[in-house]
Parts: sequence; structure tokens; C-alpha cells
Amino acid sequence: MLDKPSFSLDGDYYSSRFSELGKGEGDTLVLNLGPQHPSTHGVLRVIVELDGEYVRRAEPVLGYIHRMHEKMGEVKTYVQYLPNMGRVDYLHALAWNWAYVGAVEKLMGLEVPSRAEYIRVITCELNRICSHLLWWGAYVLDLGGFTPILYAFDDREILMDILQIPTGSRLTYCYYRFGGVSADLTETFLTQTRNFIERFKTRIPMYHDLVTGNMILRGRCEDIGALPAEMARRYGATGPVLRGSGVAYDVRRVEPYSVYDQFEFDIPVGKNGDAMDRYDVRMAEMEQSVRIIEQALNQIPDGPFINPDVPDRIMPPKGEVYFAVEGARGKIGVYLVSDGTARPYRLKLRAPGFSNLHVFAELAQGTILADAVSILGSLDLVIPEIDR
Amino acid sequence: MTTTIQKTMKGLWSLIVGLKVTGKEFCRPWITVHYPRQEVTNLDTFRGHIDLVPVLDDPEKPLCIVCRRCEEVCPSGCIRIEGHVPGEEKEVPVRQLLLVSNISLPHSAAREPICATDKTLRVLDGFSLNYNLCSLCGLCVQSCPVSSLTFSSDVYLAGASRKDFEFDLLQRLIDRAGSTKLKKAA
Repeated sequence: MLDKPSFSLDGDYYSSRFSELGKGEGDTLVLNLGPQHPSTHGVLRVIVELDGEYVRRAEPVLGYIHRMHEKMGEVKTYVQYLPNMGRVDYLHALAWNWAYVGAVEKLMGLEVPSRAEYIRVITCELNRICSHLLWWGAYVLDLGGFTPILYAFDDREILMDILQIPTGSRLTYCYYRFGGVSADLTETFLTQTRNFIERFKTRIPMYHDLVTGNMILRGRCEDIGALPAEMARRYGATGPVLRGSGVAYDVRRVEPYSVYDQFEFDIPVGKNGDAMDRYDVRMAEMEQSVRIIEQALNQIPDGPFINPDVPDRIMPPKGEVYFAVEGARGKIGVYLVSDGTARPYRLKLRAPGFSNLHVFAELAQGTILADAVSILGSLDLVIPEIDR
Repeated sequence: MTTTIQKTMKGLWSLIVGLKVTGKEFCRPWITVHYPRQEVTNLDTFRGHIDLVPVLDDPEKPLCIVCRRCEEVCPSGCIRIEGHVPGEEKEVPVRQLLLVSNISLPHSAAREPICATDKTLRVLDGFSLNYNLCSLCGLCVQSCPVSSLTFSSDVYLAGASRKDFEFDLLQRLIDRAGSTKLKKAA
């Protein structure tokens, strides 16, 4: 039983606890950023204690979009859980698709035909560019630049049209299947992807001209939210957030899954770990994704796009498995325990955004509120993925 | 002092470079369309809600053999099927739900179209789809052993109530057959 109502005019449980915890000296103000706030994308809520315009403390509050994805995994059969994966992180849905089907395939010892592996690489990398483009537009939007998001959406729209051909959807893809993918790539897809790559190569320098060199953006990113590599590791941050701090950790390189070991690509890293470095890493990653797609398009073999020996009943043997892939935000992990029945016994999803978010509280300490918004944007958070 | 001036000049130049991009973009033709006066053209690959596929020689008779695989595999339970065995009064029993996770492989060659004259054991009486719950994963279409389901490319669906998205697919099939007959007659 709660001894007092959970909400009163003094604020709810989180804000009153936050105020109680840090009654510091001086005249400070406790401010709620979100859950509905233009800079918090989705429904992230951050409580900050302000001393003038300086952030003294910050604490993210999660759970506004918790949908019990992990619990749903325990009540649905293996196949029925597939559409859930597109909705965990709707910006890089295919990486989550991959993490889940990869875990089940690993547990069952299912082979994936090599054409299917290439199809997965091509579509997943296209989706990564999609995700980074949206981040780029939205980040600049947070910093007060409106038009860049329209340029980004111009390219993203073409990408979504391309991905719509095999998947049938534009955002929450449910495309990968155990042992392959659900539809083959068509000639239209291949031509359009080639055309897009040619176009995108000219667009990246344009993005740099429009935004990267801009003095206002540099003023808001350089030396803002410098994240030391040691601290990033302590929080378990992965993806561009960790790489921005100079650690070349990429699951595609350190634990190569699928056919990633057959492509040449660099792992872009930053130096200081500030918001600008994270920005640069993501911009460079888009170029690397283009490189991977080009190689994959040239090497893609013929053959079946799904293993014809996939059993009718997906019932993995007893055991546990962990499978990780590199998503746009970092290491996506699926830990699966099977008791030999048609439904998973336990499914744990490791969302990279969850770890990346928590560096924010420490990074924001002592910065100006406007810089805290810049730090928040530079972490590229997708709240549905964090809450799951 | 000199560095400050240099920095300022560099910064100002960066703004001019950015404005060049804006200027170029200003002269480019429109890339958006004026909906609803215009519509986009790339909808043929879009997956809308499912629809029944008729047999070759009778556009009013669905291919469906009432195996109820789609009903069973659907993660959101949005499909309800009614069917009976000819000559018998009893209904086709609902499959034991959630025990099998079946996706038939999309080998199109293995799926010969079934003609109405074939002796089908079961007759479909009703096929209702609650599109409010559907997450468009496509598992029903893939699990159909006779390719009786297909995706419509209906994207401009809008309605004022939930009832608007509860479809009777059998009725839709008959309506479509009627409209094609009318067209042929005209």
C-alpha cells in the first residue's frame, strides 16, 4: 500500500524522490524535460536540477512505452514472435529481426543459404543508413536547424521505397525468417539500390557542406559531452557512442556473424568522445555501409533465399544461446532459453540504447541545459528500444 | 586576435557554403506530390491487408481449403474462419492453437492452382479479418498451403470506427467478382 497518493501537485514519485535525494545548497529548480518534449524523441523523461542555467543533476525516467516484449516472447511461438522484433527499435528494425532469427538458427543449428546471408547484409545496411539519416536530421533539428531533416528525408524516402520491394513495409519490417528471408530480391530492387548508392555518394559531401562544416553546429557539438573511453566502457555503451570515444568495437568486426568477414570496411572512431566525434562516426559509418552494400551487390550468389530444410515445427532443442549483431545504435543481443517446446522459456533483449542513455546523467552534470539537449541528441536514443 | 578573425572568417565561409547547397536545392524541381490531388506511384509493392484468391474458373469461389493454418499462425489472432464438410452438419474444428509454428516455404512451383471442379473436402463459409489487430507480418500468406491469401495494396484506408476495419473477406471476394462481371458485361 502506498502511504500517499502517487501523484500530487508536488509532482509524482520520481520528481519528489529526485528532489528529496539532492537537496543541495543554493536556489535550485527541479525541471521535468518530457515525456512530451521536442528534444526527447518519443517518451523519454529527464528530470534535471538546475542552478541558473547549469545542470546540477539529471536523471532519466523510463518505462513510458514499456510493452513487455520479453514477456510476449514467452507466450508466443517462435514464429509468432517475429513481428515483435520490428517494433522494438523501429528505426533499425532489420537488425533486431536478425538478432532474433540468428539466435534461433544458432540454437537449432539451422544453415542459412549464402544468397540469404547476402540479402540480409544488403537490407540491414540499407536500414542502417536509413536510421543514421533520421538521426542526423533529428539531431540537427534538436539543435535548431530545421531544413536538414528534409534533405535527409529525401534520401530516406528513396531507401524506404527500395526496402518496401522485398519487405512490403516501410518501417516496422518483418522480413527475416528462420533459415533465410521471406522474399527474394528482385531485379528492380538491385537496380534501384545501385542507383541509390551512386546518388548517395554525391549526397554525403552535400551533407557535410550543409551541416558538418557549419560554425553554429560546431559550436554546439565540439567539446560538448566529452565521454572518456573508460566511462563508456563502465556503462556498457556500444555502437557509435563507444566508437566516438576511440574504441574500435564493432560486433561486425570483433565477432563476425553471417558473411561480414568477407567485406572490406573500416571501423570509424573518434578521438575525444565529444558530440562532434559521435556525429563524425555516424556520418563515416554511412559511407562504410555504402561500401559494404556495393561489395555485397557485386558478390551476391544465386541460389535459394531460404533453407528448404527448415522444419515445419520450430522447436529448438533444450538449451540457451546468445546472439549479437551490430545495430545502428550498438550491440543488439538476444539471449534465448529453450525448454524444447514451441515457445521460448525466456527471452532477454539487450538494447544498446539502454546502456547508451545512462551515460547521460553523468555527462550532463555541470553543463548548460542547451548543451544537455545536444548531448541527449548525440546519443541517438530510440525510446521504444530502451523500454522494450 | 588574428586567430579570432581567422576563425570568424572560416565560420562565415561555412555559412556561405551551406547557403550554396540551399540555393542549388531551391532550383531543383519538386520531389513531393500534392496529395490528394496527386498520388505516389510506388504502391504496387506495398502490403496492405490480406484478401482471398479465387479459383481459376470461378471468381466467386475461394481457393481456401479451410485448413485453418493462417488462423493458427497469426500472432494477433485477427483471422476467424468458418467452414463445413459437405454432406456433414459438423463444422471443421479449430486446430489446436499455438502448438505448431508452421511456415510453408514459398515454393511457388509446388503450389498448383486448384480448380473448382476438384473435389474439395471442406467449404469455406466465412473468413473474417480484424484489421485493427493485424501487424502485417505476412505469416498467414506464407503459411497457406494453396496460396489462397494475397496482400491488397490498399494504403488509403481510413475510418471513423473500429467496425470499419473488420472485413468479411469472403464478401469482398464476391463483390470483386461481381464488379469484374459487370465490367465484362459492359
